[in-house]
Amino acid sequence: MKQILLLLAALPLPPVALAEDADYTLIIAEHRFQPSAITIPADKKIRLKIENRDATPEEFDSHDLNREKVVTGNSSAIVFIGPLKPGRYQFQGEFHADTAQGAIIAK
Amino acid sequence: MLATAIIVFREVLEAALIIGILAAATRTIPGSRRWLVGGLLAGLLGAGVVAASTDAIGSLANGIGQELLNAIVLGIAVLMLAWHNIWMSSHGAALAAQAKSVGKNISDGTSECSALLVIVGLAVLREGSETVLFLYGIAASGDGGHTMLLGGVIGVLAGVALGYLIYAGLLRIPLRWFFTATAVLVLLLAAGMAAQAAHFLIQADLLPSLAAPLWDTSATLPESSWPGMLLHSLIGYDSHPTGMQLVFYLAALAAISIGMKLAARPPRANRP
Repeated sequence: MKQILLLLAALPLPPVALAEDADYTLIIAEHRFQPSAITIPADKKIRLKIENRDATPEEFDSHDLNREKVVTGNSSAIVFIGPLKPGRYQFQGEFHADTAQGAIIAK
Repeated sequence: MLATAIIVFREVLEAALIIGILAAATRTIPGSRRWLVGGLLAGLLGAGVVAASTDAIGSLANGIGQELLNAIVLGIAVLMLAWHNIWMSSHGAALAAQAKSVGKNISDGTSECSALLVIVGLAVLREGSETVLFLYGIAASGDGGHTMLLGGVIGVLAGVALGYLIYAGLLRIPLRWFFTATAVLVLLLAAGMAAQAAHFLIQADLLPSLAAPLWDTSATLPESSWPGMLLHSLIGYDSHPTGMQLVFYLAALAAISIGMKLAARPPRANRP
């Protein structure tokens, strides 16, 4: 119990990383990702900006990357990814999975 | 339509399982039903508010407001579940003994029940807000809205049905194992939530991931599969967790177990 309390108390404290310029930008338009594949360096943490240009919300979802984030219509969000081992990591827009597909390739 | 049903089902599943387990675990506490329903309604209301303000929440704290909100909500839920389990381990025996005699423990029961309200409310809030947002998106986009909304309704019903199955299944457990069984389930649920909270803090870059991933079983048991999904909701299964997630999982597991052990010792001798 005490441990949890301590952990919880530590939650909002660390200084928040500034979301100045994202390292990479992913655009959602007409329920598709542009570009559909992004190549990033392996073993490095990157900051990915997801810009949703559709009016509808989308959930950036990836089991491979272990990430999920809702991006509402006409807005953008930041997701931190990695460090990743070299390989291909699929992601999708969960709300429009038939068209919104993409991958991150770590090299 | 089927895709919509599955998405909504997945969002509803977690909250439904939590409610099912709690409803079973607290069935002997007088008045617990009312608090559960109250939590459900408050959660639904909150989900609507959160969905409507997702934009504002998302842009808080430089774009990681969503992760912070999720982590905080999960953190509170873990604390509440921990408290529930610890409370039950000191009162569970008494409750089991006098399961039929309503009223004896009512004052104690009320404080316990307010925890139910919070746990259920937060579970519905978190899972529900995404569902609301998703369904709103469908309704707003207009294309094939009707069949997709129907899919949404099917998804909700399927999730609720599964929650009820868990509830009904738990009730079939003989009473002498019942408290142990539900306590273990709630314990695993809480540990899973702690790990998920860690996951959101890592995603927000507020915590290091430690080893990432610690293991990868996504080929044998992916979280997108039915058993994977169920295990994820029930015990916090992750097919490729980070080291930090495991640390949170084990810390919550240990802390709550120790709390339960301590509470179960009868310190009744020196009470007035």
